[in-house]
Amino acid sequence: MAMLRMAMRLLRREWRSGELAVLLVSLAVAVAALTGVGFLVDRIGRAVQAQASEVLAADARVESPEPLAPQLEAEAHSLGLQSARLTTLISVVFRGDASQLANVRAVSAGYPLRGRLKTAAQAFAAGEVTQEIPAAGSCWPDSRLAASLGARPGDTLMVGARVLRVERILIARPDQGSSFVEFAPSLLFNEVDLAATQLVQPASRMQYALLLAGSASALGRYDDWFTAQARPAERLARVADASPQIGDAAQRASRFLSLASLVAVLLCAVAVAMSARGYVARHLDVVALMKTLGATRRFVLGVTLLQMLLLSLLATMLGSVAGWLTQSWLLRALAGLLRTDLPPASGWPVLVGLTVAIAMLAGFALPTLLQLTRVPALRVLRRDAGPPPARLWLSLTPAVVAIAGVIYGTLGEWRFSAWFVVALTGALLCLALSGVLLVALAGRARGSASLALRHGLANLSRRRAAAVAQIVAFGLGVMLLLVLAILRRDLVNDWRTSLPQGAPNYFFVNIPTDQKDDFRSALLAAGARPERMLPMVRGRLIAINGEKINPHLPHATMPGGKRPRQRGDLADREQNLTWAAELGDDNTIIAGRWWGAGDAGKPLVSLASEFQESLGLKLGDRLSFDVAGEQFNVSVASFRKVKWDSFRPNFFIMFPPGLLDGTAGSYMTSALFQPRSAGALAALVQRFPGVSIFNIGDLLAQVRSVIDKAVTAVQSVFIFTLFAGLTVLLAAIQASRDERRYETAILRVLGAGRAMLLRSSFAEFAVMGLLAGLLAACGAALGGYLLARQLELHYHFDGLMWCAGVLGTTLLVGASGWLATRPVLNHPPRTVLD
Amino acid sequence: MSCEIRARESVAIIGPSGAGKSTLLALFAGLDLPSSGRVWLAGEDLTTLDEDGRARLRAARVGFVFQSFHLVPSLTALENVMLPLELQGRRDARPPALEMLRRVGLGSRVDHYPRQLSGGEQQRVAMARASIGEPAVLFADEPTGNLDTVTGARIIELFFELNAAAQTTLVLVTHDTSLAARCSRVLTMDAGALV
Repeated sequence: MAMLRMAMRLLRREWRSGELAVLLVSLAVAVAALTGVGFLVDRIGRAVQAQASEVLAADARVESPEPLAPQLEAEAHSLGLQSARLTTLISVVFRGDASQLANVRAVSAGYPLRGRLKTAAQAFAAGEVTQEIPAAGSCWPDSRLAASLGARPGDTLMVGARVLRVERILIARPDQGSSFVEFAPSLLFNEVDLAATQLVQPASRMQYALLLAGSASALGRYDDWFTAQARPAERLARVADASPQIGDAAQRASRFLSLASLVAVLLCAVAVAMSARGYVARHLDVVALMKTLGATRRFVLGVTLLQMLLLSLLATMLGSVAGWLTQSWLLRALAGLLRTDLPPASGWPVLVGLTVAIAMLAGFALPTLLQLTRVPALRVLRRDAGPPPARLWLSLTPAVVAIAGVIYGTLGEWRFSAWFVVALTGALLCLALSGVLLVALAGRARGSASLALRHGLANLSRRRAAAVAQIVAFGLGVMLLLVLAILRRDLVNDWRTSLPQGAPNYFFVNIPTDQKDDFRSALLAAGARPERMLPMVRGRLIAINGEKINPHLPHATMPGGKRPRQRGDLADREQNLTWAAELGDDNTIIAGRWWGAGDAGKPLVSLASEFQESLGLKLGDRLSFDVAGEQFNVSVASFRKVKWDSFRPNFFIMFPPGLLDGTAGSYMTSALFQPRSAGALAALVQRFPGVSIFNIGDLLAQVRSVIDKAVTAVQSVFIFTLFAGLTVLLAAIQASRDERRYETAILRVLGAGRAMLLRSSFAEFAVMGLLAGLLAACGAALGGYLLARQLELHYHFDGLMWCAGVLGTTLLVGASGWLATRPVLNHPPRTVLD
Repeated sequence: MSCEIRARESVAIIGPSGAGKSTLLALFAGLDLPSSGRVWLAGEDLTTLDEDGRARLRAARVGFVFQSFHLVPSLTALENVMLPLELQGRRDARPPALEMLRRVGLGSRVDHYPRQLSGGEQQRVAMARASIGEPAVLFADEPTGNLDTVTGARIIELFFELNAAAQTTLVLVTHDTSLAARCSRVLTMDAGALV
């Protein structure tokens, strides 16, 4: 009790001394960065977990891009399983002239087998649970679709060739959580209306699903039966398979944000270590006195530990509140991308925040603070008596353990954590080396400077280690923010400008073969400029050089044990195939040769370079394709570099004419289309209901908005690195406070005016900011260039952003440092020289 | 060197700078240990006690007054005086500390911080702090060294007054011959030895 009272009293009283405040702020910033991301990740995680059983809207589902064989459902019934059907595709939904790309979902009675649908009369209302599905002739758009089309119950929407009446607004469906990221709004309607939409065409990108629910044993038997007889395109997904995937996506996203918060945490740790040293230096006398008065080492240790614990609790409280506000902000920044009906967060992130606060103190402050217990009481009589120097390993080990613990605890994987450490250490070393160089150069330059600037530069050189730490802390924070700004500009803005003038702005897919000439005429009549029209047939790569690809494995395994680069990669799904005699000027042959007139009907194939790289193919390799149940064996004749951003019809896989001509298929084209009247597009849809229309501008806008939001979220988290930089600055000023007071006093005794001292202080920090800004802007320019190369973007140096980075950092650091040192300058010399 | 100080005796240690006065005081109080030889304080052999053992002994039996006052700057006058009792684990430190401050004439300055007090006032707080635990032995290291003559004289008065009332053993190091003259015995040191 005596310890606790003493700890609380000292904590309260010593608040003014400054070190504790800096310690608290550093810890609170770290906790805020962690909990801000933590709360968001926790909420997403809980949403994923809560929906794990509902995510398929069933216990299991069979999925296929082809219509499902009737025996799949018959077998389910014979095993006593419940079933329901779901057919989905992406299509444009019209309300009058307004149109919106939507995830169109035709369902049969019984859907969903697990979880509940919620509907309401208004978009974004709370909604009520319903057991029904939309009646024939009606539809339920979700809130986003209803809002974007301005649709209300009673209005009519056009889906393909079918007009459907809006009956209710769909508020929630269990399988909307199948990805925590949602790109397109959705529309639910009865499957009896599906045929009338005429959206089902041979080459439509349909996804057919049979939903199943029942006992685990029946499902197990169904699974066995399915594996034995399933066709290559059919997959059986069970809850156990589905949830880890979602977990994976959420985990990857959260790990990235955690990474951003970790940088701030580690910078704060530097500030913690610096302020702990200052705190100890200032408390040697007090502790010696307390020991003289009879305080034991145990008492001193107890008081110190209690103080640290109280400080951690306080920092966690403040940091968690800031973290909660941060996650609210992140949710707003990600609005429309993340689901808004996330469950509330648990207290877990707060606990993590507290643990990290304690770990930071234990790792970075405690070894220094323990020195206090070793101060000899003799110091009250002899000022030179101090604690024995700390052993290096003793002070470094807890810091290393704390860093390792925090990094591993946040990222949760050794390999990834190790990469992070290597990358961060590399970046910090580069920054530190450049910082040392810049500080040395600045020191050299002071000969010709004015008195105030000279004194400021001298201060910078004298406290070189602290100056470099501050330059690195600010440099890193500003650099990360600038890289993201460059990335956002190049990625988001440049896409807008890179759409070439006169390039097609619409894609038209699923044009029936017998209507292709009519459709082209209709486009021309409407004033559009259509590009070439290419046939399109769906097919699957089934073997390479005679070795089969097994599509039933979680990842399609390639011959020779090689795996495609990522899940859902090129060999793992159905492909659109085409044939053409002409290469097109947006394609360049990079290996092999394009076919001539004499090659018509020969078993050859030309592949896009992306497809070749993904599968590691060579010229002459024999590929087997399954097209509508028929097997084609072809050999690789050429590889093409495709200019995808020409926005003309292009395919990974092209055959010579005469080989696939007999297979049923459809055509696709693109066109520059500026509809003369608002109804022109709708008229086209009505005349050719099976044709899917994609507005490239809309699609790009959607992608841009996703990237924009993601970058904003990451940038928001990186703002914490700036705050962390500020805590390092405050800690450094705090540590040098006594020294600064003494210098100030001497200068004032010698006749220096207050204005000169303030100028000198501003000069010192402005130069520090200038160096940090230079480092950040140059680093960001280099990082931006490398990233742009990696992402195949056009990088151009942005002088304005560069200058803004340098100037902004100079002002930020200059003003912060100046403000923080002002109280020192206010000290009258008399009190200091006493 | 061999030296014995009896209970309730008042002893002044004098000598030129560097003679070893403060070192001797540190050894008496267990702030430091001799490289050889033994020191007994209130019947305990200090050389057999560890640091914490010596601290406990000081908490129970010893009071201190320093030349530069050594008040804890972040604590008020009252809290500084309460400190020894709190270190002994006493919960009712406040009333006796207030009383002690009144006795040294600082009843109206209890909530002031050391930096808000004059040198003489700070030394009075230090004396109150040294006396509050009713120590058996009071050590003082140049108690008037940082004070002007008039303030120093007043402090000395107060010092002996408190000492007489509490019947404390007093060991003080001083350059001030008038102060030394008021002690019952004077030990003179030179070059590390008693002369």
